[in-house]
Amino acid sequence: MFYYVGVSEADRQLDSFEELAMPLFDQLYNFAHWLTQNREEAEDLVQETYAKALKGFSSFKIGTNFRAWMYRILRNTFLTSRTGLKMTMTVPLEADEDGPELAIERDTPETLFFEQGNRDRLQNAIDELPLHSREILLLCEVEEMSYQEISETLSVPIGTVMSRLSRARRALRERLRPKFHKEAGTAAL
Amino acid sequence: MVCESWKTKLDPYVDGELPEQETAAFHMHMRNCPSCAADALARVQIKRAIQVAGKRFTPSAEFRNRMQQNFVRKPQRSFGMGWMLAAAAAVFLIVGILTFGYLGNRSAGDQVLSEIADLHVATLASSSPVDVISTDRHTVKPWFQGKIPFAFNLPELQGSDFTLLGGRLTYLDQAPGAQLIYDVRKHHISVFVFQERGLPAKLDENFLSSKKLPFSMETWAEGGLRYFVVGDASAADIDQLAKLFKAAA
Repeated sequence: MFYYVGVSEADRQLDSFEELAMPLFDQLYNFAHWLTQNREEAEDLVQETYAKALKGFSSFKIGTNFRAWMYRILRNTFLTSRTGLKMTMTVPLEADEDGPELAIERDTPETLFFEQGNRDRLQNAIDELPLHSREILLLCEVEEMSYQEISETLSVPIGTVMSRLSRARRALRERLRPKFHKEAGTAAL
Repeated sequence: MVCESWKTKLDPYVDGELPEQETAAFHMHMRNCPSCAADALARVQIKRAIQVAGKRFTPSAEFRNRMQQNFVRKPQRSFGMGWMLAAAAAVFLIVGILTFGYLGNRSAGDQVLSEIADLHVATLASSSPVDVISTDRHTVKPWFQGKIPFAFNLPELQGSDFTLLGGRLTYLDQAPGAQLIYDVRKHHISVFVFQERGLPAKLDENFLSSKKLPFSMETWAEGGLRYFVVGDASAADIDQLAKLFKAAA
């Protein structure tokens, strides 16, 4: 480990940060792009997130959940940005205490929809979701975070995670349903 | 009406968030309830579709380069640094000779193996030996994301005598790593995975053959990672599990 001989504390910290943070680069970028819906803004957001995380890295407790920590910084940075503020203002405040959703039907339009491989349409439907629904759906399904990790990332209780997730899934199905009917109707003609 | 209480648990079930006992009870319920079984299947299908569709954006090569320039440190080997390295090497050599004389035959490699054995024993003695309890490698592997600075593959165990019990975060010389616990014929085996560069000593493949250890153990390096398989199971079982890991890597 001669490499470390004579390096400064700041360099050592950058090494540790690099080891933990750079493997998350692609997935953070993906999440940032989903939030901002714009490539340049996503790049700025990721860059700012890494800069803030590095600056505050000394406060990060090694052994705790680094991924949740990074996502929390990214999300908070986004929410305080111009785009984030604008998006937050357009999201209706809904009560988090919605009851859990009951079962979905079998052979629903949305399951048939997925089976037909309509990935683009699914992506568009996710894009149209309100910010709170989109982010929780992506953290759960794409980032495969546990409820506990999502709770840490969004700084909300686990009960809120569950109700928001349930509402996001319901909202997604609502958005897919009319599209499917429209597609099916066009095809029939 | 009995179903209604189960249906509220469909989301936590497909997300793998139901407690173990409730999951088992739900499995039993689904055997007799086609409605709940079909609902669960539909939700899993939706989940998978979002998982695929959600991985949509990748950073451009320019942006990746820019980030690496800003956040990845390059070794700077200037002339002055070269002298410093040489001086440091000389100091290390002297200290190393003195330390070697002081510690006798106890090498850094021995200490690594002792620590690995200690970690294995301490885990088995713990009241909560695993942080993530699952026999499913697709549950255990993602659990480590963000907790350790590397990724690794877990082998498919179908057709083998091994059962995955779960995993936990572990540390060796302050470097984070993964510990997987397996069961074979009522013996527990730990598989440790660390970054090779984070280990306090370099171990070669023949290192173990000259050692008398209280456990069966195998170690090897692949893709920058160092694997240790340790347990009181037979050497053949340890070897078999090691082979499964090597094949999965």
